[in-house]
Parts: sequence; C-alpha cells; structure tokens
Amino acid sequence: MKKLINREAGPVGRWALGLLPFVVLVVLYLVASDARLAVNPNDKLLPDMASFVDAIQRMAFEPSKRTGEYLLWQDTLASLGRLALGVVISAGIGLVVGIATGALPLFRAGISPLVTGLSLVPPLAVLPILFIVFGLGELAKVMLIIIGITPFLIRDLQQRAEEVPTEQIIKMQTLGANTWQIIARLIWPQVMPRLISAVRLSLGSAWLFLIAAEAIAATEGLGYRIFLVRRYLAMDVILPYVAWITFLAFAIDFALKRYSQWRYPWFHGTQ
Amino acid sequence: MAAIEIKNLWKEYGQDVVLERLNASVEEGEFVTVVGASGCGKTTFLKMMLGTESPTRGELLLDGKPIPDEPDETRGIVFQRYSVLPHLTAVENVMLAGELESSPWLGRVFGAKRRALREQAEEMLASVGLDQALRKYPHELSGGMQQRLALAQALIKKPRILLLDEPFGALDPGIRRDMHELVLDLWREQDLTVFMITHDLAEGFFLGTRMWVFDKERLDPQTPGSYGARITYDLPVGNSDKGTLQSISQSVDSTARVLSA
Repeated sequence: MKKLINREAGPVGRWALGLLPFVVLVVLYLVASDARLAVNPNDKLLPDMASFVDAIQRMAFEPSKRTGEYLLWQDTLASLGRLALGVVISAGIGLVVGIATGALPLFRAGISPLVTGLSLVPPLAVLPILFIVFGLGELAKVMLIIIGITPFLIRDLQQRAEEVPTEQIIKMQTLGANTWQIIARLIWPQVMPRLISAVRLSLGSAWLFLIAAEAIAATEGLGYRIFLVRRYLAMDVILPYVAWITFLAFAIDFALKRYSQWRYPWFHGTQ
Repeated sequence: MAAIEIKNLWKEYGQDVVLERLNASVEEGEFVTVVGASGCGKTTFLKMMLGTESPTRGELLLDGKPIPDEPDETRGIVFQRYSVLPHLTAVENVMLAGELESSPWLGRVFGAKRRALREQAEEMLASVGLDQALRKYPHELSGGMQQRLALAQALIKKPRILLLDEPFGALDPGIRRDMHELVLDLWREQDLTVFMITHDLAEGFFLGTRMWVFDKERLDPQTPGSYGARITYDLPVGNSDKGTLQSISQSVDSTARVLSA
C-alpha cells in the first residue's frame, strides 16, 4: 500500500470525504437535540427539525401578523442593499486611490502613510461616532462597511498596481504612451481581476460590520432580526437565518469568482 | 552623422565603477551585439540607452542630441520576459501603439480607424509568423511565439533604435535559431538599427554586423568594483576566426569567475 502522503481521493471519494463532516455535524446535532427534548419538551436551545421547518415557513412564506410583510425577504433585501452599496463604494474608492498610489510615486508618498494609519483604526470603535455624525439611518450602516473595508482594499490594490512589471511600464512608454494612457490601458485593466479577488476577501469583514451595525440600530435586516429574536431564545429562527446568511455569502463569492474567470481569462490562465 | 555616439561615457554607483571611458559611434542600420560576463554593465548600458539610467559622466547621443532621460517611442525594446501585455490578445498587443498615438485620452480607437489598425497589425503579425494566433492571449502562446509577438509589437512603432535585452535567453536552442533568422530578416527588410544584449558569445558572433565585448581590462580581485568595464573588442562580424572567439571567451570567463565569487 502507498504511503499516506501519496494517496489521493478519486472524484467520488473527494465528494464523499467533503460531505462527511457535514453529515456528521447534522447527525450530532439531531442526537443532541433529541436528548435535550426528551428531558424537557420545551427546551429552546436545540430545536428539532419540525420547529425549523415551522419557523422558516413563518418567516419566509407567511406575511407577518404585525406588519403584513414577508420578514425573511424584507430582511434579506435590506441587508443585501446595504452590503452592496457599501462594497461598491469601497471598491470604487479602493480602485481609484489604489491605482493612483500604486502607479504614481508622488501620490504614494503623499497618501500611503495616511491610509496605513487609517487602516489601523478599529472600525467598530468608530461606530458610535458614525451614529452621532450620520444619525441612525442607512448612511451610518453603509459608512461602517466603507470605513471597515476601504483601507484594506486601497492597500491591496496599491500593492497589485505596484506589482505590474516595470518592463511593461517601460514597454508602454516605448510605444508612445503618456502617464494617463499607461494607467488606462495597462494598470487599470490588469488590476481589475485583482480588485475582484480583494473584494471577495473583504466580503467576510463587510458582513461582520453590516451585522454589527444592524444589531445596534436598525428596524429591519438579517442582523437586526437575529439580535431581536435572541431575546426570546428563538434558536429556531436564529439558526436558519445564520444558514441563510452563510448561503448568501457563499453565493456572492461564487458569483464573483465565476464572473472573474469569464471576464478575465488571461488572468486565470496565467495563475 | 552617426545614429548613436558614445563619448567618454562613465557609469558609477557610489564607489562602484560599472562602465568607464566608453567611446564608440554606431551608424544607422548597424546591428550591434553586446556580450560580456554578467556584472559587466551590459544591462546598465541598455538602461542608459532606454533612459531609465543616466550616465555619470560623458555623453550618450542619439542623432547628435543627448538621449532623453525617460523611455519614449524613439527606442523600442524587447525584454527577455514580460514584454507583451498579458491582458491583450496578440492582435490587440500590436494595435496598441497605433491606438495610443491617435487617442491621447482613451487610448482606444473605434470604427474605420480601428479596422485599419487591425489590418496593419495582422500584416505585421503575419510577417513574424503569427497569423494563426491573432486572437490568442500571450499565456496561450509558447515562449518563442511570445517573443515573436514582442518583436511585432515593437517594430510596428518603427523605432529609431531597437533594443533587445537577451531576448532569446529563455528559449530552446532550436527555437532560438528560428528567432535568429527572423530577427536578421526583419533587420534587413526594415533598415533597423539594433542593439542586442546577450551572454551567448556564439550568438554575438554570427548575428548582425558588429560585436562589442564588455569586459574589465583592469580587474582587482579584492575590489572588483574599483575599475569599470570597457568595450574590449569591437569586431566586425563575419571575418573573425575561431582563435579570437576562444581568447574572448577565456577572458570573459575569468572576469565572470571573479565577479561572481
């Protein structure tokens, strides 16, 4: 038999091995939930499958008794809207500032120290300031996302722009390009797929800041709902919400990856 | 008047003298190969030709005027690697020079002008043997094809001087021979003035019209940086015998051993 280090799973084996931990987790949960419910049928900590189905039915497919809205969808829309707005604005700022500082040494000398300083400020510590300055409305929540991920995006894109080989920058000049043309035809297109990877990396933090902001001041949103029903120990709602948020995060990441592969074949071909 | 004139050129980095007392002049249409051990200032010389480094002393003149101190369209270049832009297809890489020229802001052209540029680019690519690969990205091309593309991209701009920085150093011997023929053909057809850096002596011996050997005449093994390299041989290519090759080769090898020690 081959040494363990040389053994690889076949295509079926890989799927089976990948699924195994999930199955184990679900089974463990069901066993534990069963045990607790046998002792106390009113236990709220580990609800059984039927209560999940019931909660999902209630949140997603029946209008709320109080407002007449479908809560899950309303929350999802509100949260995704904030997330998208925050991430798109951050990506825009990151792209422009990152390219400017990465490509132009004079800009880098002027702006980089400031960005490095700003990136060290813990965004959640600034949250009270945001609420004071921007009020409790949408703006404060979007601003938290922007403040949280923009410094990272700027620094990452600056680095990616600096990584464009000097040979190519010289090459562009020998083809007659001016500074602006070098940015527009060489650096910007080469940085775009890297912007997508940076955004994918920053989405985790973006969700964190979104949920934190919603937990503190919001009237709708996925984060708001979780923290609201926490008061009633409503695990039957919280767990499906967490699963749903995880799925949304996965779907966005997957979509960005596929888009990048389709739009920038040269980037993924050389990796 | 000579296209390139070098008058008592020195290049020093602090205490280290890289090149000293270089004097030469190159006529239009010459094909100069520059050989020498690594560390003997071949690349420094190329950088001064490009304008990314400037001479410490002396003059480097292009058509009687000092070479501009930044790269521009008078001097085309093909590097060993990274010469072509990975995010453009072959034909887009070759069209780029025309697009940059006629559209200072966008760097892109559309419509009839684009079609004209595309036709020119396709012709250029055909002349380097890439007519089958117009729509391929560089990463889909072999090393030799990438260098053909780099040549086409540089030549469509019709540079005054074409600089080649060990362009075939990373290629297999067979492909390298094909590339030699291609470069010679292009040079004859287009009346180019070429400087080619190589560390392959044999390459220097049969390509082009003139070979320069950069070597240190005076070499202090304890402080190799105290004397710079000079042009120790300036040979017309084609009528030099095997003995010369051997003696140059020995001298370059011994310098290389001292420098890399």
